[in-house]
Amino acid sequence: MTQTNADTAFRYEDLGRLIALMTGAEKHGPAATSTLDVLWVLYDRVLRVGPASAQAAGRDRFLLSKGHGPMAYYAVLAAKGFFPVEWLGRFGGFDSPLGHHPDRTLIPGVEIASGSLGHGLPLGVGTALGLRAQGLDDPAVWVLIGDAELDEGSNHEALAYAGSAALERLHTVVIDNDSATHGWPGGIASRFEAAGWSAITVDGRDHAALHAAFTAPHPGRPHAVVARVEKKF
Amino acid sequence: MDTMRERFITVTSKMLDEDPRLALVLAEITMDGFRPAQRRHPDRVINVGIREQLLVGVGGGLALTGLRPILHTFASFLVERPFEQVKLDFGHQDTGGVLVSASASYDWPAGGFTHMAPGDVALLDTLDGWTVHVPGHPDEAEALLRDAYAAGDDKVYVRLSEQTNAEPRPVTGAAPLTVREGRSGVVLAVGPLLDNVLAATEGMDVTVLYATTVRPFDDAALRAAVGWGGPADVVLVEPYLAGTSTAAANDALGDVPHRVLGLGVGRAELRRYGTLAEHTAAHGLDARSLRERISAFLRPGA
Repeated sequence: MTQTNADTAFRYEDLGRLIALMTGAEKHGPAATSTLDVLWVLYDRVLRVGPASAQAAGRDRFLLSKGHGPMAYYAVLAAKGFFPVEWLGRFGGFDSPLGHHPDRTLIPGVEIASGSLGHGLPLGVGTALGLRAQGLDDPAVWVLIGDAELDEGSNHEALAYAGSAALERLHTVVIDNDSATHGWPGGIASRFEAAGWSAITVDGRDHAALHAAFTAPHPGRPHAVVARVEKKF
Repeated sequence: MDTMRERFITVTSKMLDEDPRLALVLAEITMDGFRPAQRRHPDRVINVGIREQLLVGVGGGLALTGLRPILHTFASFLVERPFEQVKLDFGHQDTGGVLVSASASYDWPAGGFTHMAPGDVALLDTLDGWTVHVPGHPDEAEALLRDAYAAGDDKVYVRLSEQTNAEPRPVTGAAPLTVREGRSGVVLAVGPLLDNVLAATEGMDVTVLYATTVRPFDDAALRAAVGWGGPADVVLVEPYLAGTSTAAANDALGDVPHRVLGLGVGRAELRRYGTLAEHTAAHGLDARSLRERISAFLRPGA
């Protein structure tokens, strides 16, 4: 499958302006921008999905598990043409498809409805298994979680199983802004590695480093990228 | 005769051979019975280990790819423990699947309260769009499982039990059967409690309806059974939490003066072991207790 996100009208530099369209009392501002660079690199250079292939069986799947603070996600989806930029201005409104947590039934290109933490990775494991069971060995499944979201036990059920089951097409990117109250002594990557995953920790603002980590080979193992960004304030 | 759970293994293994859309997810429970099916379909018989949040999440993910997931473990670990996953990973995603439970309200009395789930149907009642089947015999379980597997993207819960009636009834996955007709009340028996209800109401002038599909609640069938002749007396006899369907029955009878008695498993924890029969009696669901309670309700003060 070829890269189909051909809308080049918007560049990374435009994302700030798109996010600014979602004004108001959006309380998740810092969390929204912690994901911005990861999301841009994924949708711009890694994920093989675009508006025309958003329903295609062979598309790559991106599951935003950390559904709070979706402004960066919406900005990137709008920039890539999944829905009109005009939608951004009605962010959170009664008649808007764009809520403070995304809903897959309302927004083109959104794979899961999220908000409650710890649901994306198990859904991603099931998605990877479902694609494999149908002979769709090519599509990649990506799940974005946060370092504090990793507190939820459901993630640990999923990452232990995925490593054991050698789900090579499953990928997790952990946005690590050091927001977990009790931290992860020994590092987040070590949790994945101990469960049999390939894992890389990179600067979550460095696009070249992110791209290299996202595209690193990981034969026979699921792959985790821990994207370190500035500490949440 | 095999048990409902054994029939579940047989029919599901066969349907996995026939329908490539079906995929089974287990959390160790009943894994031994599915090993032959897993050898034939390693990608569609998935055992996630003792991880019930993952069990439901994986089912939701399979559904996102277009498969029809079948999820199975004991009711307490399928509906109660991962309830938020049931709510969000299916309903909120606008996907469907089939949840098949075993162990029911007190199938393993000596196992104690950790393995009892009398509240499963009441919990699912807080969600929109779940069909709930409660078979009363292995043959009925087979028919309802086949119906559930073929039900498109519907959300379906099938509640299997060790408790059964002696003989199967024809089930369609829809309207209740009228087993007896009478004039002084309607008794709706659910699933495995039919035999006890029939014994309890022997010689009484009551209509006995038999339901194996309790959600959606069949308003029209209950309304038709009570007739138009005046105040209606309705007794519900359910093998899960007492009163689970009382509100549904009240709603169905909104245009007629009525009384409803909801019988079922008591809310209080017994903290007793023993046998199925002992627990059925302790909850007042044996034939003798039912006869006393139904009679007292239909002829108050008599």
